[in-house]
Amino acid sequence: MDLERISAAARFMRTKILEVSHQCNLSAHLGGGLSMVEVMAALYTGKMRLRPEDPRWEDRDRFILSKGHGVLGYFTALLAAGLITEEKFATFQTNESDLIAHPVMNLDLGVESSNGSLGHGLSMAIGIALAAKKKAKDFKTFVLLGDGECNEGSVWEAVLSAAQLRLDNLTAIVDYNKLQSDGDSRQILDLGDLAGKFSAFGWNVCEIDGHDITAVVTALEQKFDRTAPKVIIANTVKGKGISFMENNNEWHHNRLTKANYDLAMAELGPTSA
Amino acid sequence: MVMSADLGNSSGLDRFKATYPEKFLNIGIAEQNMIGVAAGLAKEGYNVFATSFAPFIAMRSSEQIRMNLGYMEMNVKAVAIGSGVVMAFLGNSHYGIEDAAVMRAIPNLTVVCPADCAEIVKAVYAAAAHKGPMYIRLTGGPNNPIVYSDEYEFTIGKAIKLREGNDLTFIAHGTMVYESLEAAKILETEGISAAVINMHTLKPIDTTAIDSALSFSKAIVTVEEHSIIGGLGAAVAEYTAKLSKRPPQLSLGLPDAFIDAAEYRFMLTREGLVAPKIAASVGSFLKEI
Repeated sequence: MDLERISAAARFMRTKILEVSHQCNLSAHLGGGLSMVEVMAALYTGKMRLRPEDPRWEDRDRFILSKGHGVLGYFTALLAAGLITEEKFATFQTNESDLIAHPVMNLDLGVESSNGSLGHGLSMAIGIALAAKKKAKDFKTFVLLGDGECNEGSVWEAVLSAAQLRLDNLTAIVDYNKLQSDGDSRQILDLGDLAGKFSAFGWNVCEIDGHDITAVVTALEQKFDRTAPKVIIANTVKGKGISFMENNNEWHHNRLTKANYDLAMAELGPTSA
Repeated sequence: MVMSADLGNSSGLDRFKATYPEKFLNIGIAEQNMIGVAAGLAKEGYNVFATSFAPFIAMRSSEQIRMNLGYMEMNVKAVAIGSGVVMAFLGNSHYGIEDAAVMRAIPNLTVVCPADCAEIVKAVYAAAAHKGPMYIRLTGGPNNPIVYSDEYEFTIGKAIKLREGNDLTFIAHGTMVYESLEAAKILETEGISAAVINMHTLKPIDTTAIDSALSFSKAIVTVEEHSIIGGLGAAVAEYTAKLSKRPPQLSLGLPDAFIDAAEYRFMLTREGLVAPKIAASVGSFLKEI
């Protein structure tokens, strides 16, 4: 059943996030990687149309990681979906690896775009979704944004544009974990009623607990009468799943020592996937 | 696909829009989004020309060009209309005086600046056939003086020698190709024989053409409707600086300044970028060296 498979994938992904972060012995974006795990598991092991054996398949659903620093939640999803191998995954942040701290476009690995600079991904996703419409293709385009990323003005140009183009084949997900690099988003640049903002811009909006897999799947499946792009505001916890990382911005970008790795792994318990 | 950031009519795209409505998209006054959407369309196989005025496309969205056209090499042609100072009384907000420097510095980007309207047509056809990102810098306006009245071959990256000469070589692009040709005629009356090269592709620059100019010229004169910082003069000097034997270079262009806005020809004259002034600058330079 979908939900069980997705839950197992999410547990597997968290374990792998810790493993690879510890193994590379370098700072990595742990907090924002952990907050997006359920969303990514639901996409890559549930709702996205993919052929792992044919990663360039023309009719695959597209995914753009606009919050490019979320690679730990992304590469682990590609691993769970079988798009990258354990060997490839283990090269994360090592010399000459394809897998660095931000995505580098590599269609053979399922990495659709290069990111790292915020506020770019939604525009590209619009172009892809528009191309699908023009070619009468039925693949869907998904894009994951960070809440901090929504500080960028270019995001709001794109939000206007997607509604104008009536792209009902486009789904944006905002990983709304309320923390950004320097601290509490509400104190830095408050997004306030984010759902209301998207709604006012002409989008169909779902607001959910981004760690509730049933809610994520339901939101991804939800249909609307209005021909408009969909946004899922996923309320999440930065560092989710590891008590000492949760809502603790020291883990925005940090190195996972052996002691902390052991503590974190003990919290996750055994994984079945 | 042709895209505009709400400057379709003033960019002369109204006919295209009327003829191919399904291939035209006004994305709104949102250049950053335009480049990203163009990249998404290109990623799915569309051949996209994204257009705006020079500072808005090259600088407002320069980081989008860096990520999408440079880093990801998306097959998008960014077209800068009205670069240089042709926008006249619209003022410096609308001038393209640094765009070539900014675009040239981005890896993977081909930068082209055609000499007249006929060459723009050739450059656009060549760009459409070229798979890869490009910045097309259009200087002057619809009534640009004619450089080419006969059919010729245009190849991206291959400079064109328009005039033979023995003493010095002009290397120019855009509107300054015509002015350099006219300056060469003036110099001829003074007994100075000047060759003229149309360096329509700023990047990758045609080093073979430069080598050939260096082989006989007592001076190299670069002429461009762009700031003297970072454009054609700089590109030529970057290449020649490493050579132990090379003639001195006179780099003519717009000053490193926001100049006072005025009528187009008036400004070019004031800044020394019309044929008689170019010829005079060259004459003085030759006396100094």
